[in-house]
Amino acid sequence: MTMLPIEPTKKLGLVIDLDICVGCHACAVNCKEWNTGGYGNSLSDQEPFGADPAGTWLNRIHSFEAVPFDDAGQPAPQDARIVHFPKSCLHCDDAPCVTVCPTGASYKRSEDGIVLVNEDACIGCGLCAWACAYGAREMDAEAGVMKKCTLCVDRIYNENLPEEDRQPACVRSCPANARHFGDLADPSSDVSKMVAKRGGVDLMPEQGNRPVNKYLPPRPKSGTHACGSGQSDQVSLLKMAETPQAAGFVGWLDKALSKLD
Amino acid sequence: MHPAKSVIFFTTISGAGFGLIALLALTAGMGHISWDKSWELAAVGLGLSISGLISSVFHLGNPQRAWRAFTQWQSSWLSREGVLAVITCGLFGLWVLAGMAGYVLPNMLGYVVAGLCVLTVFATAMIYAQLRPVPRWHTWLTPASYLGFSLSSGMLLMVMLHPHYNGMAGGALGCLAIAWTVKVLWWMRAAKADVRSGGSDTATATGLAGYADVRLFEKPHMTKNYLMKEMVFAVGRKHMQKLRLIALVLGAAAPAAFLGFSLIAGGNVLVMVFAVAAHLAGLFVERWLFFAEAEHVVSLYYGR
Repeated sequence: MTMLPIEPTKKLGLVIDLDICVGCHACAVNCKEWNTGGYGNSLSDQEPFGADPAGTWLNRIHSFEAVPFDDAGQPAPQDARIVHFPKSCLHCDDAPCVTVCPTGASYKRSEDGIVLVNEDACIGCGLCAWACAYGAREMDAEAGVMKKCTLCVDRIYNENLPEEDRQPACVRSCPANARHFGDLADPSSDVSKMVAKRGGVDLMPEQGNRPVNKYLPPRPKSGTHACGSGQSDQVSLLKMAETPQAAGFVGWLDKALSKLD
Repeated sequence: MHPAKSVIFFTTISGAGFGLIALLALTAGMGHISWDKSWELAAVGLGLSISGLISSVFHLGNPQRAWRAFTQWQSSWLSREGVLAVITCGLFGLWVLAGMAGYVLPNMLGYVVAGLCVLTVFATAMIYAQLRPVPRWHTWLTPASYLGFSLSSGMLLMVMLHPHYNGMAGGALGCLAIAWTVKVLWWMRAAKADVRSGGSDTATATGLAGYADVRLFEKPHMTKNYLMKEMVFAVGRKHMQKLRLIALVLGAAAPAAFLGFSLIAGGNVLVMVFAVAAHLAGLFVERWLFFAEAEHVVSLYYGR
């Protein structure tokens, strides 16, 4: 049924910490590994050892160059940093990928808000992938059906797994602990608290999809310019480099060489 | 967006078919034609609509399950399009068959069928116009232009099948003018409706809006993927202006010239066949561009 359910009371989703992600792609690899043998059709590869390999992935990590704004709202190039950005299905509350589906294959679960594809009913028209602003859905070239993140629905409720493994493969494998799983409708859950404390954000809120997954923005780096945070006790590395206040031998050398000017 | 040949053929040919069916149904509704004498006109309309619908099935990953697409009309424009197309063709076909068998059904049916044709073409266009991530499509001008071209191609087919009614040729010229005016308006809006026009940019896409200036540093992979092939398609935009000119020459100027020639010659079927062929060729180019020049916000994750 491709009508959206009334607001689910439970909203399972991910919180991804952009401050911590190191861009190792372990989550994507483990996602591919688990989901190629788990729910539905396998995640096929085309010409995996050929000249032009391609394949289906449910989670991909992009890397961006971010130049944070300073207190005046101007980009501060000295604070430039890489932000690694993992992207998978956000399990949106107003998921357009669900309502555009002509067959009822694409659906959102009323019990926990997970967006899934019933692959036996999918005709592979691709319209849901077009409706998704985030590129979370990929058509499998082998099976001809749409693949997407299942939030590892076959792990999180799986009583055959030890309790610590009952979370999505990407969360379980993250070596930096940048990915968290939980109920974002419950304000007392760890993920909700994390979002409240760190100011978690929606991706492309202007698209009106109301994503469940949240991203935690990078924090200002300690010891550098306080990018937009208003923390004035931090030291500017740039200023230190320009006006060295070295002590001891280096301080003497600095003074001695300065006299030669 | 990736321009799939089957979808280009489907939207143009079934659009022309439904345009012709609507005009035939109206003509029959007004009592000017009866199906026992003019069934072959109806067969042309149904043939075009149905062949377009069948071709749309070829771009599916699992066409054997296509029947399932009739189930979700409550929420899905694609499903509504399928349901409306089958109802329209079915009702029109039954009306024609009844007429051929000598049963006279109420002429009111003509207006019902014409209305259903309009709804079907509208639903086809809404499959694209509903997509907020594709700013060039997300406008009422998209259904307006689909309906305009359905009318113009249907009208040219009517003239081809009835070359001796000079009044209709004038009507066809008017429809061509209306359809291409709407399309030019669509193109003018498209010039402003780039991928960032909906307020999305790389910063909102990554959740870093207000925090930093953001640009892509590294893609997730070295080779192409499904998303890039489907939605970051950029070949069409390179030759956009040339292709628009080709679409206008084939789709507007040529059929108008053929129409004028046919009018002077007092109605000529062969000339009108050329007019229809040129118009449809122009629409193929126009429709190819409709897909190729549409940008999807997902390209913001790929360095657009």
